[in-house]
Amino acid sequence: MSSLTIYKRELGSYFAQPTAYAIIVIFLLLSMGLAFTFGSFIKAGDASLEWSFFFWHPWIFMLLAPAVGMRLWADEQRNGTIELLGTFPLSTRSAIIGKFLAAATVWLVALACTFPIVITVNYLGDPDNGVILSGYIGSFLVCCSFVAVTMLVSACTRDQVVCLIVSVFVCFLAVVIGYDPVARALDSFATPPAADVLAATGAWAQLVRWWHQGVSQVVEVATSFGVWNHFASLNRGLFRLQDFVWFGSIILVSLLGTSAILSAKRS
Amino acid sequence: MIEVDSLTKQFGTKTAVDHLSFAVNKGEVLGFLGPNGAGKSTTMRMITGFFPPTSGDAKVCGISIVDHPAEAKTKIGYLPESAPLYRDMTVIGFLRFCAAIRGLSGSAKKAAVERAIETCSLGTVAAQSIDTLSKGYRHRTCLAQALLHDPEVLILDEPTDGLDPNQKHEVRQLIKRLGQTKAILFSTHILEEVEAACTRAVIVDRGVIVADGTPAQLIAQSGSGSLTDLFRTVTSRDTEFAR
Repeated sequence: MSSLTIYKRELGSYFAQPTAYAIIVIFLLLSMGLAFTFGSFIKAGDASLEWSFFFWHPWIFMLLAPAVGMRLWADEQRNGTIELLGTFPLSTRSAIIGKFLAAATVWLVALACTFPIVITVNYLGDPDNGVILSGYIGSFLVCCSFVAVTMLVSACTRDQVVCLIVSVFVCFLAVVIGYDPVARALDSFATPPAADVLAATGAWAQLVRWWHQGVSQVVEVATSFGVWNHFASLNRGLFRLQDFVWFGSIILVSLLGTSAILSAKRS
Repeated sequence: MIEVDSLTKQFGTKTAVDHLSFAVNKGEVLGFLGPNGAGKSTTMRMITGFFPPTSGDAKVCGISIVDHPAEAKTKIGYLPESAPLYRDMTVIGFLRFCAAIRGLSGSAKKAAVERAIETCSLGTVAAQSIDTLSKGYRHRTCLAQALLHDPEVLILDEPTDGLDPNQKHEVRQLIKRLGQTKAILFSTHILEEVEAACTRAVIVDRGVIVADGTPAQLIAQSGSGSLTDLFRTVTSRDTEFAR
């Protein structure tokens, strides 16, 4: 109940100020612009949105999702309104949920506004609309995760600019680290040693083998933290439980972390 | 109505409030005096449940703020020191939001908001955005928020700070009037306010109570008939430097 009250206030605040409109308009310009230019939506002649449209979303979200989430707690702390929230009979948890859902709703509206491209692709060809829906779900989950991470950062600081910069950096890492060309470049650090080294005995050869094993493990772990693994399969229309668990855990951990930080700050 | 029992707050190694105990009964207005940094706001933040105390407890209407925070908070109306507000909202929108959070809905919410607007004379600015209000109106909007749910306990952190003499007078009259049926704890720097509005006053310094009594008793205690003299003798002047 109190989550709903917070949700309504936050959503009202997004749409009472130019924030939500600016974000939605810029998102539409970027997503459509990239689809029709670098995405070669028309030229490719492919009745799917996987590469032309959805491919760009994580790149856009990494810049814009923090802009939506940065004020959530930073603003409360700067204005002192956190003291009001903290003395109202409501739990920190319901405030966090209300705020998160409000920011997620802004993105739901933004994504819904891209419907003309779905109409276009249906008019021009015969796409699998199930895959398109799954792409939208993947896209929404990516931006929800980014909003949740931004919320966590915004609980740490009262400065919105600091929050924006740090969150964009974290989201940038999440996008870049699992991105194929980057993953390949990282992998090249872990090129298997030459056959004679593998066969050789002695301390030096052993060291080279350890280095190789270590680096390839680090690269594997780092890549699994990237969004592409999970976004790409949804984008292809694959509903894998592990992807939902991954996005769900990122969101849950961020929200729990927000709650822990807010409580720790008071004591 | 408010029972503070050995309340302590430490920030790292610094003790802001040191085993503070006092009580405020119904119909009592307790003035909370002390130099800057004496621990007044910290004490109030603990009673209202914003800061968890390091040790000790505060009971509001018999409900412990430590053990049952949500329940205790429903009994309290609180005006924080800087009168924080959501500036993007209108006065009436903000009050409706606060009333909804307090669990009021429908006609009860409407009546509560109207009553608070009337009590704090906000009628003329009700539809205005908080951003455009003068400091006096902003302060009163935050005060209205504290009165919405007709709480039994009012905790006001420097309610007259930054107001002009007319507004100060009005707020003092309001405190006095509300004090007849509620328990009020309010902090202030202005010593005349104690005589004007309080039934009792305590002076705190470095987290401990150094004087406690009715305004008349305190004046008698000072020896010179002036609260200011008493204040200067019982509190340390180097608080600001020590902290």
